[in-house]
Amino acid sequence: MSISIIGAGLAGLSAALTLAEQGVACNLISAQASERAQSVMAEGGINACLDTMGENDSIENHFDDTMRGGVFLADPNAVWGLCRNAPAIVKRFYDLGVPFPVNEKGIVQRSFGGQKKKRTAFVKSSTGKMLMTSLIDEVRKYEARGLVTRLPHHRVQALHIQNDICSGVTVTDSFTDKSVPLPGSVILACGGMNGLFEGMTTGTTQNTAELAALCLENGVELANLEFIQYHPTTVGISGKRLLISEAARGEGGRLFVERNGKPWYFMEEKYPELKNLMPRDVVSAEMVSVVNMPDCGGQVYLDMTGIGMDVWNTRLSDLREQIMHYLDIDPVKKPVPVSPGIHYFMGGIWVDEAHRTSVKHLYAAGECACQYHGANRLGGNSLLGAVYGGKTAAQTALNEGKEAGDAPALKTPEPYFEATPRFRASVSQILTRYLPILRNETELKQALHELDLLEKTAQNPADVRLLRLAQAVAGCALFRKESRGSHRRTDYPETDSACQKQTVVKHNEIFYRDIPELKNHEADN
Amino acid sequence: MKLIIEILRQKDRTSEPYRQTIAYEALPDDTVATLLNKLNAEPALTDTVGAPVGTIHWQCSCLQKKCGACAMRINGTPRLACDTKLGEFIKGRLCLEPLRKFPTVRDLIVDRSVMMDNLRAIGNWLEQPAVQTEKAAQLCYDASRCLQCGCCLEVCPNFTADGSFYGAAAFVPASKVLSQLKKENRQNLPQNYRKNIYSGCGKSLSCQDICPAGIDVEQKLVNSNAVAVWKRFFKASQ
Repeated sequence: MSISIIGAGLAGLSAALTLAEQGVACNLISAQASERAQSVMAEGGINACLDTMGENDSIENHFDDTMRGGVFLADPNAVWGLCRNAPAIVKRFYDLGVPFPVNEKGIVQRSFGGQKKKRTAFVKSSTGKMLMTSLIDEVRKYEARGLVTRLPHHRVQALHIQNDICSGVTVTDSFTDKSVPLPGSVILACGGMNGLFEGMTTGTTQNTAELAALCLENGVELANLEFIQYHPTTVGISGKRLLISEAARGEGGRLFVERNGKPWYFMEEKYPELKNLMPRDVVSAEMVSVVNMPDCGGQVYLDMTGIGMDVWNTRLSDLREQIMHYLDIDPVKKPVPVSPGIHYFMGGIWVDEAHRTSVKHLYAAGECACQYHGANRLGGNSLLGAVYGGKTAAQTALNEGKEAGDAPALKTPEPYFEATPRFRASVSQILTRYLPILRNETELKQALHELDLLEKTAQNPADVRLLRLAQAVAGCALFRKESRGSHRRTDYPETDSACQKQTVVKHNEIFYRDIPELKNHEADN
Repeated sequence: MKLIIEILRQKDRTSEPYRQTIAYEALPDDTVATLLNKLNAEPALTDTVGAPVGTIHWQCSCLQKKCGACAMRINGTPRLACDTKLGEFIKGRLCLEPLRKFPTVRDLIVDRSVMMDNLRAIGNWLEQPAVQTEKAAQLCYDASRCLQCGCCLEVCPNFTADGSFYGAAAFVPASKVLSQLKKENRQNLPQNYRKNIYSGCGKSLSCQDICPAGIDVEQKLVNSNAVAVWKRFFKASQ
C-alpha cells in the first residue's frame, strides 16, 4: 500500500503525521517547503471548546455556532466530528510546543466572529505559523525514520483516474523536470482557489487552483464553488490584499463609517448581541451596504484605538507591527481604512464525512475540500478543519488502502503545463468583476459570456482547464437562486429552504445534492 | 519611474550564468516581487539590447514577508523581494541575483533543501510532550517565527552548504526545542548542537541584523549555548 499526500501545509502535515504514527509510510509532495504554505499566514486562532474562560462552553455550542455560521449548509455529522475532536487537537499542539498563553484552567481563549463564547486559542496574531513550526518539527522526526518521504519541489503532472477510481499521481520535480510516478492512494491537501482571483486574495500565490481544475477535468465532483468568503477587514497592498486579523475585533476593535460628519458604529447598532463579531458574511455585506448609503462616507474604518496597551503588547504586538509596516498607520493612535477582500473558499473538491471524494482512493482535506464551513466559515475553524480533515482523510485512506492492495504501474502522462500568466489574469479579471459580495443574474451571465469568448485565447491545456473551473464557479453562482451566507443575490435576496442543499459540479453539469441528516451522536459523549 | 534592472540569470543547474539588463517603467510603491510578476506578464519583453527576456524564474508565496520564499540578493544584500520597495532604487540600478550559498536551480531559484536536511540531521524535534514555561514562552514564540529563508546563512562567514556548521537557520529553530525538552531527554540534540553549531560558530553575529522576520538571533544563540553547552538549564524546567 502506498499513499501520496499533495500539499505540505497544515492539512497535508496532519495527514502525514496520522499515517506515520501508525507506522505507515507516505510521500509528502509540495511545490515549496512547508514554511511557504498558506497555513503559516493564518493569524487569529484555532477553535475548540476548552471551557477555560468560565463561560460554560460546550461542544454543542461550538457545533451550533459552526452550523449557524455556515447557514446550515455544512454536513452536520462532519461538523460534529470536528467540534468533538477539537479540544484534543488543541491540547496536542500544546504538547508539541505551541506557546499558547495559559491561565489557571488551561489554554487562554479569545472572542471571535460568530461565536457566543470565547473559544479561539491563539498565539498573538501568528497562530498558523506557530502550529506549523511545531508540526513541521514533529513530522521531521518521521522523515528521519524513513516513514515520511518529502518531495519538496514537485508539482502534480497528472492524476491517474479511470472509471472513478484513482490509481495514483505522477509528479514533476520542478528543479530537474523529471517525472516521478507514485502509484497508490492520493490525498489532496492543496489549498484554496486563490489562482482564480489573482492579486485579489489575502492568501498565497501558490494556491493556483490548478489541481481543482485538474480534478474537474477528470470528473471528480466539486461542490459549493459559489461560496467565497470576503473577509471584512483587508487592505490592498502591492500585488495582494493584506488581512487585518479578526483578532483585532475579537480584542475590542470597532467598525465605523462617517455619517453626517460623525463616526457611526453601524455593527453595534444593528447587531447588539455580537456587534462587530457577527459572522464574516454578515459584516462584509453590511460594509457594502453602509458605504453606499447617501449620508455615509464611502470608507469603513477599523477603530482599534480603544484597545488597552497591555492587550497590544501581549496579544497583538505582531498585528500592530504589520499594520505600521505596510500601511504606515499606528493602529493604537489612528483608525485603519478597511474593505472586504477574498480570504477563503468554502467550496472545493466534494468530500463526504470521511473525506472521500467522488473518486475511489482519492481523498481531499483542508481548504481544497468542501467540508465543515457550509455557506460561510467562522474564523478559527479553518486551522481546525485543516488538522482534523487531514487526520480523517489519512485514516480513511489507510483503512481503505488495505483492501486496495498493490496499485498497478502508471502510464506515462502528457507533459506538464502551467496556466499562462496573461490567460490567468484575464480569467481573474472576469471573476473579480462579476463575483463580488452582491451578485445578480445579468452579471453572472455576462461573466459566462466573457469566459466563453476567452476560450480562443487559451495557449495550452492548463489554460483550458482553468477556464472550465472559472465557468463552474460562475455557473454555481448562477444556479443558486437564493441568498445564503457568502452568496448574496440582489435578484434573490431571501434564503430559500428549498435550496438548503449542496451545489455539485461534475464535468459541465451542475445539480443539487441533499445534505446528510444529523445522526444520533449521544453515544459520543 | 524609469528603472534599470540587472538580473543574474541561469538556464539550469549546469549552464553558465549571464547578466541581462532591462529598462522598465516601474511604480515606486511596487515591491520587487510585484515587479517580477509584472515583467513575467509582459507578452514580448526585451532587454536593453533587444534580446527576448522570457520567463524570469523565481519563488514566491505569501507576498507579505511571512513565508521566506522570495529571498534573493537585492543590490548585493539578501532580502525578501516582497519586502523591498522599488522607490529605494529611484536613482540607481536594481540588481537581482540568486542567493550564492545554495546551488542555483534556474535564474533566481536556489535549492535550499540543505536547511531541511540539517534540521533533520541535528534531530530538531521533541520525543516527549513539550515542557512549557512562562519564562521560555517568548523565546519559543520568537524562534517559531523563523522563515527558513536562508538570508542569515547567506551572510554567515562560517556557513557553506556542504559544511558541518549549520548556522542560524538551524540554531534558531533548535533554541525552541532545546528549551522544551525534558532534562533527561536532552541527549541527541545538545550533542549535535555542540558539534554542528557551537563549535563552528565564529560569533561574528552577521546573522543578527539580516533576519527579515526581525528575530533576535543572538538571544537564541545565547540561550541554546546555555542549555546545550554550559548546561545552565532554565530554572523553571528543573
